[in-house]
Amino acid sequence: MSTFLGMPSLPVFGSGNLHAAESFPKAAHRELGNAQLRANLGHATHTIRDKRLQVVSELPDWEQLRDAGSAIKENVMARLPELLEQFEANFTARGGVIHWARDADEANAIVAGLIRDTGETEVVKVKSMATQEIGLNEYLEEQGIAAFETDLAELIVQLDHDKPSHILVPAIHKNRTQIRDIFLREMPDADPELTDSPAVLAMAARAHLRRKFLTAKVAVSGANFALADSGTLAVVESEGNGRMCLTLPETLITVMGVEKLLPGWRDLEVFMQLLPRSSTGERMNPYTSLWTGVTEGDGPRNVHLVLLDNGRSAALADEMGRSALHCIRCSACMNVCPVYERTGGHAYGSTYPGPIGAILSPLLTGIEAEENSSLPYASSLCGACYDACPVKINIPDILVHLRSKDVDSKRGTKKLPSQMDVGMKAASWALSSGKRLGLVEKGLPLGRLAAGPDKKISKLPGIAAGWTQSRDIPAPPPESFRSWWAREHGNPNDGVVPPQETATQGKEGQA
Amino acid sequence: MRIALFATCIVDAMYPRTAQATVSILERLGHEVVFPAGQACCGQMHVNSGYLKEAVPVVANHVAAFDSADYDVAVAPSGSCVASVKHQHPMVARSCGDTALEARATAVGAKTYELSELLVDVLGVTDAAAQLGSYFPHRVTYHPSCHGMRLLRLGDRQARLLRSVAGIDLAELPEADQCCGFGGTFSMKNADVSSAMLADKTANIRSTGAALCTGGDASCLMHIGGGLSREGSAATTLHLAEILASTLEAPASVTGDVRVTTGKASR
Repeated sequence: MSTFLGMPSLPVFGSGNLHAAESFPKAAHRELGNAQLRANLGHATHTIRDKRLQVVSELPDWEQLRDAGSAIKENVMARLPELLEQFEANFTARGGVIHWARDADEANAIVAGLIRDTGETEVVKVKSMATQEIGLNEYLEEQGIAAFETDLAELIVQLDHDKPSHILVPAIHKNRTQIRDIFLREMPDADPELTDSPAVLAMAARAHLRRKFLTAKVAVSGANFALADSGTLAVVESEGNGRMCLTLPETLITVMGVEKLLPGWRDLEVFMQLLPRSSTGERMNPYTSLWTGVTEGDGPRNVHLVLLDNGRSAALADEMGRSALHCIRCSACMNVCPVYERTGGHAYGSTYPGPIGAILSPLLTGIEAEENSSLPYASSLCGACYDACPVKINIPDILVHLRSKDVDSKRGTKKLPSQMDVGMKAASWALSSGKRLGLVEKGLPLGRLAAGPDKKISKLPGIAAGWTQSRDIPAPPPESFRSWWAREHGNPNDGVVPPQETATQGKEGQA
Repeated sequence: MRIALFATCIVDAMYPRTAQATVSILERLGHEVVFPAGQACCGQMHVNSGYLKEAVPVVANHVAAFDSADYDVAVAPSGSCVASVKHQHPMVARSCGDTALEARATAVGAKTYELSELLVDVLGVTDAAAQLGSYFPHRVTYHPSCHGMRLLRLGDRQARLLRSVAGIDLAELPEADQCCGFGGTFSMKNADVSSAMLADKTANIRSTGAALCTGGDASCLMHIGGGLSREGSAATTLHLAEILASTLEAPASVTGDVRVTTGKASR
């Protein structure tokens, strides 16, 4: 008997390093206890914040650039299948090889297979979010292939057997003294007299990496942009290590999320203005590498691109959430986020931390995956991220959308409703009628009594205990405004038009 | 002008003085204030907590209370609730497929103003001391709440009004644009992070030496005030409507239950 497998049923959610293994409040509680982390993060995020604000204010057309970036990405998402095929045709025509990967497992297997084909067991890596997302380094290690990170901060994190905590500044949670100690411990060729001066540390890393660059036969990279009209890939970086990896080895394997596509060169201009200013607070990044297939006698001879879905199609299918795919990984949102500033990136579990991670991770994995349903609540909805986003992703609105997806996904599945469910239902009843709220407010003197002579409530049970862990509640007033108004003004000033005039407006008008 | 007051649930139940002060300010400017009795709440707590279904009747009630009343503009002493009325209500109506409610919600939203927005943009108040008789001889610092700042783009309207109060000593709050950590149910669901944000906010307030912190949102002020109270700080919070309503003859009390007299009641 044959089984027809047919088309995979949609949506195919993402796998790999996209999950919070524990709920955000729990992880945040632990991270908040790390005073060194709080100090490092506070210092680093405030420095980048100020730099960004300064360079952004220099551009008179910054808001128009943001609008353009947003519009270009919206257009790309609407035409993604067509643009991907155009890109594939151009990339292939120039000697590149395209591989399509549905999820992390497929992408990892493709990359490992390509490396194995070269006979090599060591690769150098350009800093890349996509390969972090799929857990490539860990997978390659299992396959007996050593992957060396060449970005300075990624190198620090890798040497320390740690995880990145920021998408642009992976070692933002470490200060230079900690970095010196890691180098002394983990870098066999480090000078034992190493100081914690940034220049000295950079030189030590440089010497360590140079040997890798000159011997590596295979490099693995991500890509910031892909241009459909020519089949060109682009990497934007600060250190030049990426340029080394992209030009010296014989084989170059790039892993890129399908959403990184741009229609063409004219669109790149917009993003080359938006990205450096938003990410490092620089007018221009030091290195922009662009490559189009294979060029005889210049650079890698075997050029591969793994196009990664890993939940992106599922995110695209979410009408309210799909603009999260516009993200260009600049990290401006996390640098301005008051929550990220205090918890750091590890609290989010996923490769993508901060405000964008709080929406992107559950969109890619589905809201029901592991503890990812706790991520959309990791925000006070202050809106700083939306203001900072170079492509105007309305992160607060998407957070709220995902919260409602979470609440709805749990409706009817629980044996007992949660305290929050019960409270929200009761509040909905009381707050959907002036009369009912007035009735509830008759109980205010009771609350006043409970507050006692010091006129404050300092301990509440259940979920409200979260409030009273650091805040008092003032004694309620003896009387509500509503009740005072009725006493002072009576009915005539309630503003309601006599019934005959509201006949067409339905019975709610009489409330 | 006939102005409908949307008191907001938290002011109605917990801070009636703020609504009374709002009435007082508007009556002093010669306007008539009405209070649509059917009003209750904007529903943003439900929306922001993911309970969209439960938000629908709350939003429908607000729209019904305000589109059946006869008035020129509506005002609320809260940036957050006005932002909800303007931005969230049409979305909530859309989510349940009620296009008629969406249209009515949009119409109500278009007529609804945050207090400082109404005073500055519509009623032309540029000098609170001269036009309202505002007098408040205290050292005050000011927290611009996130939703007023980022959703309504209030800019410096509230600060300008405060600066024009006679006798006031307005101290600049360090890191004023940082969220106080309230965020509605965020303060309970993520109580640790919220508390960490609040601790930085109250430290900044204490560093100014101000007797109180003012702002345009009672909910943020309740949060900040609750933190100051727990820390045993002498500083407290007071809504800016009460500072604007305060006069030489009838000063607002910095603490305690002293009621601000409204124009009507004092006559």
